[in-house]
Amino acid sequence: MEKFTQLTGVAAPMPAINIDTDKIFPAIHLRTIKRTGLAKHLFEEIRFRADGSENPDFILNQGPYRQAKIIVAGDNFGCGSSREHAPWALTDFGISCVIAPSFADIFYNNCFKNGLLPIALPQAEVDKLMDDAKKGGNAVLTIDLDKQTISRPDGEIVPFAIDPFRKHCMLNGLDDIGLTEQKAAEIATYETKTRGERPWVFGLTEKAGA
Amino acid sequence: MAQPRTLFDKIWDSHVIAPAGEGTYLLYIDLHLCHEVTTPQAFEGLKLAGRKVRRPDATIAVADHNIPTSNRKAGIDEPESKLQVDTLERNVVEFGVPYIPIDSINQGIVHIIGPEMGLSQPGMTIVCGDSHTATHGALGALAFGIGTSEVEHVLATQTLIQAHAKNMLVEVNGSLGAGVSPKDVILAIIGKIGTAGGTGHVIEYGGSTFRSMSMEGRMTVCNMAIESGARAGLVAPDEITFEYVKGRAYAPKGGAWEQALAYWKTLPSDPGAHFDKKTSLDAGQIAPHITWGTNPEQTAPITARVPDPADIDDPLKRAAVERALQYMQLKPKTPLVEIPVQRVFIGSCTNSRIEDLRAAAAIARGRKVAEGVRAMVVPGSGLVKHQAEEEGLDRVFLEAGFEWREPGCSNCMSMNPDRAMKGERIASTSNRNFEGRQGPGAKTHLMGPAMAAAAAVTGRLADVRQLG
Repeated sequence: MEKFTQLTGVAAPMPAINIDTDKIFPAIHLRTIKRTGLAKHLFEEIRFRADGSENPDFILNQGPYRQAKIIVAGDNFGCGSSREHAPWALTDFGISCVIAPSFADIFYNNCFKNGLLPIALPQAEVDKLMDDAKKGGNAVLTIDLDKQTISRPDGEIVPFAIDPFRKHCMLNGLDDIGLTEQKAAEIATYETKTRGERPWVFGLTEKAGA
Repeated sequence: MAQPRTLFDKIWDSHVIAPAGEGTYLLYIDLHLCHEVTTPQAFEGLKLAGRKVRRPDATIAVADHNIPTSNRKAGIDEPESKLQVDTLERNVVEFGVPYIPIDSINQGIVHIIGPEMGLSQPGMTIVCGDSHTATHGALGALAFGIGTSEVEHVLATQTLIQAHAKNMLVEVNGSLGAGVSPKDVILAIIGKIGTAGGTGHVIEYGGSTFRSMSMEGRMTVCNMAIESGARAGLVAPDEITFEYVKGRAYAPKGGAWEQALAYWKTLPSDPGAHFDKKTSLDAGQIAPHITWGTNPEQTAPITARVPDPADIDDPLKRAAVERALQYMQLKPKTPLVEIPVQRVFIGSCTNSRIEDLRAAAAIARGRKVAEGVRAMVVPGSGLVKHQAEEEGLDRVFLEAGFEWREPGCSNCMSMNPDRAMKGERIASTSNRNFEGRQGPGAKTHLMGPAMAAAAAVTGRLADVRQLG
C-alpha cells in the first residue's frame, strides 16, 4: 500500500446523506476480476446520461472538481455493500480523502486498506468544509495525517481523530497481512488451545465440497 | 463474580488471539464463506505474494451472484459473469479450497447454504466478502461482511484485525398479528432506528417475539442488520436453534454434539449484561411494511401514504426524501396500496427459504398473477428448491403464473440476466432498494414474501391481510 502523509487538493461538495455503495459503484460492474481501472464506473448512474455523455449537473464533471482529491459528503457515506470496488474506484479517480459526519463501518475499514483516508467530523465542522468545497479551485484543503489536521483556505486548522494503529499503518504504507504474519506463533498457540476446547469447529468444510 | 457479558462479548472474548494495536485486536475466524464476486482480487493478491490459504478446512466457496436462474445446462452466457465464475473455479483448485459446484444440489446463495448445511453454528466467528453475512447471526454466531483486502487477510492468516464494536439491544415483545412476517419486523426496526442506527454496534435481537420466531424468520431479521448500519446482528441460541442445527450434514454428531450443545448453552447474554444502546418495539403494533423510497429506512406500513417532503423539518432529510420520490416517481400523499407494479421478485438471501416460499404460495394458491406483471420465484438453494417441489409449491406458483427458477442471487442485484427493465417498479423480497440496484432505473419496493405474492396477484402494492 502507498504511504499517506500529506494531501493538498480541491474538495468536491457532495452534501447528500446516505451516499450508498451502489451509487458509488453500481453492482453490474462488480463483474470484474481486477482492482484497477474502475474510475470509469465511479458514480456512473449520476455522472453519465443514458447516452453515455457526461451529466453536466454532476459535481465531478464540473471545472476544477474534475481534479478533486477530496470529497466532503453527508452523513453515513458508503452505506450498503462490502464491495471494496467503491474505494478502488474512488482512488482510481484520484480521490484520496473523504470527509463526512459519519461512515458505514465496512466502507470505513476498506478505505484504510487502500490509502484512502476517511475523516469523520462533527456536522458543524463538515458544514464549514462543505462551504470551502463549494468555492471550487480557489479553495484547496490540506490534510496532514501525522498532525491530524485539515487546513482551511482561510488558515483555520481543523483537527481530526483517528485510530492510532490505522494511522501508523497508513503513514508507513504497511501491509496488514505482513504485520499479522509476525504473530504466527500466537495464532498457532490459539489454534492448538481451541482445537482442544471446541474441536467440532475444525475440519468443518473438509468434506463439504464433495 | 465475573462481570455479566453479552452474547457478542462472549463470542468476541473467545476469539481474541492478541491485541493488535490501541483499541484493535487480532480475532480468529472459524468459518470463511467465499463467492465469486469479492474473491478474485484476494486470490490474486495471495498469488503475487506467494501465500497459501492457511485453513482450507475452514473455508468454502460457491458461485451465486452471477449464476443464471434458468436453463442451467446452457452455461453462463454473459462473458464478464462467466470469467468471474471460471476464475473462482480455477482459484479453488489452485488453493485447495472446498467448492460447491453449480450443478450440486447444495449450490445456492452463500447465506442460505451455510446454515442449511450445518456449517454455520452458534458461537462461531463467520465472515464473507458480503455485507449480508450477518444472516448467520440468527444461529447465535458473530457473522459479518468484510472487504476484499480482509478476505485476503483471512485466507492467508485465518484472522482479522478488528476494533471491538459496541453492544446494542433491539427488543421486540409480543405476538405478531395475522399476516405480519419477520420481514415486517426488521423493516419496522430499520424504519425506527434508521440506516445508520446500528453503526459501530453489534445488534442483539431479543424479546419474546424472537424467542418464538423460527430460524428462517431470525435469518431474515439478522440478514438486514447491515441495512441499519450494524456490524452484525444476532439472536441468542435456544432450543429452536439447537433443533434446527441437529442432524444437518456438517453439524457435530454423537459425543461432539453433546460437547457443542453444552458450550452453546453458555452463550446467551448474562442477566444484567451492559448494552451501550437499547431500543424496543411492540410486536402487536407492527403492520405489514413496505419501503417507498431508495434506502431501507424509508419504510411505512402498507396502510400509509407516500410521505410529503413538506412535512419534514431537517433540510438534509427533506432533500433525501424529495430525491427518493423523484427517483421512485411517486406523488406525496398517494395511498401506498394504489401503486401499481410491473415486476415481482420472491427470492434473495433475505427471503428465499422454505418458510418464505410457503408463505408466498399460500397467497398464490388458486389466484393468478395480474396481467402485465412478471413474477418470479427463486429458491435460495438446490435443497430449498427440492423441498418446495416435494411439497408441491412449484405447481402452485406455476399454475398461478409465476416463474419457478433455479437457485441464485437473481434479481436482488443486477449481476446476472435477471434484471429489471429500465424504469420497472418491483415488489421485491430482497434487502436493498438503492437506486439502480435491481437494474438501471428500477424502482424497488421491499416487503415480505406473502406481501410480494399479494402484489403479484393484484398488480399493485397490496395489504396481504385483505387477501385472507
